[in-house]
Amino acid sequence: MTNDNLSVISLVSIGEHPTSRRPRRAEQDARAIELGIKLVGENLQTLHAGELPDDANQQTALRSYLGMGLAEMNLLEMPAQADAVLVIAEHLKQQNPDVILTGVRAESGESSGMLPYLLAEHLGMAMVTSIADILSVDEANQQAEVLQALPRGQRRKLIVDLPFVASVDMAAAMPRQSAFGPAMRGLLDTAVAGDFADEEASTWQTSNAKKRPKRLKIIKAKTAADRFKAATAKASGGGGKVVHGVEESAQAILDLLVEEGLV
Amino acid sequence: MSELFRRDPRAQWIARNRLHPLHQTLVIGPVFGPSGLLRKNLHSIGFIGPNGLKRIDRSGASNDSAQGSRRAAAASEVILPLHQVLEPAFYIVVVLDLVSGRLNGHDKDTLGLAQQLANRNGGAGAVVAIAFGELKDDSLDKAGVDRLIHLDSPHYEQYNPEQRCNDLQVIVDDLKPQHILLPDSINGGGDLGRRLATKLQQRPACGVWKLIDDTVTCRGSAGKSDITRPLSQLMLVMEECSEPISETRHENIVIPQDTSQFTGAKLIDQGNISVDPNAIPLAEAGFILSGGNGINDWPQFHHTASVLGATEGASRVAVDDGNMPRERQVGATGTWVTAQVYIAVGISGAIQHMQGIGQCEKVVAINTDEGCDMVKRADLSAIGDSTEILTRLVELIEQRKQTINGGATND
Ligand SMILES: Cc1cc2nc3c(=O)[nH]c(=O)nc-3n(C[C@H](O)[C@H](O)[C@H](O)COP(=O)(O)OP(=O)(O)OC[C@H]3O[C@@H](n4cnc5c(N)ncnc54)[C@H](O)[C@@H]3O)c2cc1C
Repeated sequence: MTNDNLSVISLVSIGEHPTSRRPRRAEQDARAIELGIKLVGENLQTLHAGELPDDANQQTALRSYLGMGLAEMNLLEMPAQADAVLVIAEHLKQQNPDVILTGVRAESGESSGMLPYLLAEHLGMAMVTSIADILSVDEANQQAEVLQALPRGQRRKLIVDLPFVASVDMAAAMPRQSAFGPAMRGLLDTAVAGDFADEEASTWQTSNAKKRPKRLKIIKAKTAADRFKAATAKASGGGGKVVHGVEESAQAILDLLVEEGLV
Repeated sequence: MSELFRRDPRAQWIARNRLHPLHQTLVIGPVFGPSGLLRKNLHSIGFIGPNGLKRIDRSGASNDSAQGSRRAAAASEVILPLHQVLEPAFYIVVVLDLVSGRLNGHDKDTLGLAQQLANRNGGAGAVVAIAFGELKDDSLDKAGVDRLIHLDSPHYEQYNPEQRCNDLQVIVDDLKPQHILLPDSINGGGDLGRRLATKLQQRPACGVWKLIDDTVTCRGSAGKSDITRPLSQLMLVMEECSEPISETRHENIVIPQDTSQFTGAKLIDQGNISVDPNAIPLAEAGFILSGGNGINDWPQFHHTASVLGATEGASRVAVDDGNMPRERQVGATGTWVTAQVYIAVGISGAIQHMQGIGQCEKVVAINTDEGCDMVKRADLSAIGDSTEILTRLVELIEQRKQTINGGATND
């Protein structure tokens, strides 16, 4: 695919490992970069809004995106707790990108998955969620064909108007490995951005996730006999339909499949 | 006609004689002896309990005899008390996912939470459910829907989140609901809720799983942390955020509403594309054709699967015999599947296999043995030889495809 004039920006965040909680390359963001590289190769721009970490670990996490073959990354410096949406929207308004790629949701913080939607609204762009691939971009007609990931491994084809924001699902192609040398050599192009404090979120209490209680099967029976039966009876449907004969069987199965919309 | 009790000595004799061929037809109903006394047949009362002992339940609640069971069946259709909201003080809006037109567990939990919000602190709010497109479910009243807004027109069959979001905006402007709840799911609720939030310029609470007084607890950091925050108007809730409604019936009154005028959609749905069913992970697959020891013709089994467009599964015996690869095994030591339709061909239904299909919605069994456990579990059982039935099924489906394609070209 050659889309030389297309401007694609991929937004990246610092991920967090699910168990060790160490900073890492966020999985969905990495997939977004992979998709961006597939679209425009080296012309892909990346953008991160946040503090320039002093911590070498955090810097490594951020730089690992550069290690996927990018020369530089734009960094909008803002306090870690501030609202990134406004900062990024301000910045992107001047850039006029055609495609903005993000992850579906962040791996740390509120991780509400609102950022792509808010950006699309601020910039007046279309929004597609959970995409697995971008099939083609037709610059003449200002349209793109994208594949959206659905539950149960299904895919839906959508035509979306340029410019658009797309959040990239885990179903997208696996990201390439990050090479350490290029990651360290890559440039971080820093600019100081405005500070939009997120006052609402500062009143919230955050704690480690508690294990959710398992839902119990509550037996609502009026008499002891019913409860006894419910506790001892073998779980059996019993209400199943039984058909005999080849012709009837095949027809009954076909009817069921048609009813479920599978054939 | 006459109140006089007339004896039929022959019938009484038959009723007394348990060996008489007509005995069974006469013992239904009370039997009176020659002296007019009510006679009970002690052999026919009670039932055999789970441990093999005879149990007599004198509360009358169990189905111990043929008649008893008819009475019990009638009584078991309990009519739940009706919860009425005549003059709603406020509204709680719930947007249902309605996967293939039916309520799923997530929808029911969301409705349960909505009812909690509507009735807490002595409030008398009404829960308004919003359904887009086809609605096949008739149990909305039992799931806690006080009012229903059903927007139905052919274009809701497609993915049109922008139109739906616009409709929702109109409804929200109209009803001014206290809260709007959506399931935070990949079936559309999560997407629609976030779109609505941007349009209403509200900050939604996402991943809500617990409600305590005026605060909600949400999952943050992709599931690693809990955030406790005040209730917000728009909430995207997780599965099992509340118990579903089970003890009341609700009015389910339809509020008429037209679809809103909306133009300028930036997304156009081109429909689902066909994916190779065997590329879908077994645990995720929606339609599985599973083969066991009762399959004699494996090439035909694979052919059937490809014609049906089903993902292939197998029982352990089929895998051990080398007919299917190991990653296709369904069951305790294989994959736990969640299919919407699971067709078990020649699988007896050993408990290790049944564990794996516990979450399947519709199970179809094809088996020669009517008494096997799979038939007991199945919603539809076809008794007969697997090869013959599959052959016929493939024929029927190909015929159907031809007629559909023929019809399409005629148009
Ligand atoms: C520790 C342990 C773990 C196990 N884990 C698993 C597991 O994860 N998954 C699993 O599947 N099993 C598991 N098993 C094995 C399990 O107990 C059963 O042995 C196995 O599921 C039986 O497979 P089957 O139903 O295909 O074969 P069978 O039990 O032999 O059943 C074959 C069925 O096909 C029918 N049949 C025969 N001929 C025809 C015909 N021509 N047309 C139609 N029907 C026909 C028969 O009536 C019968 O019902 C496990 C066992 C153990 C001990």
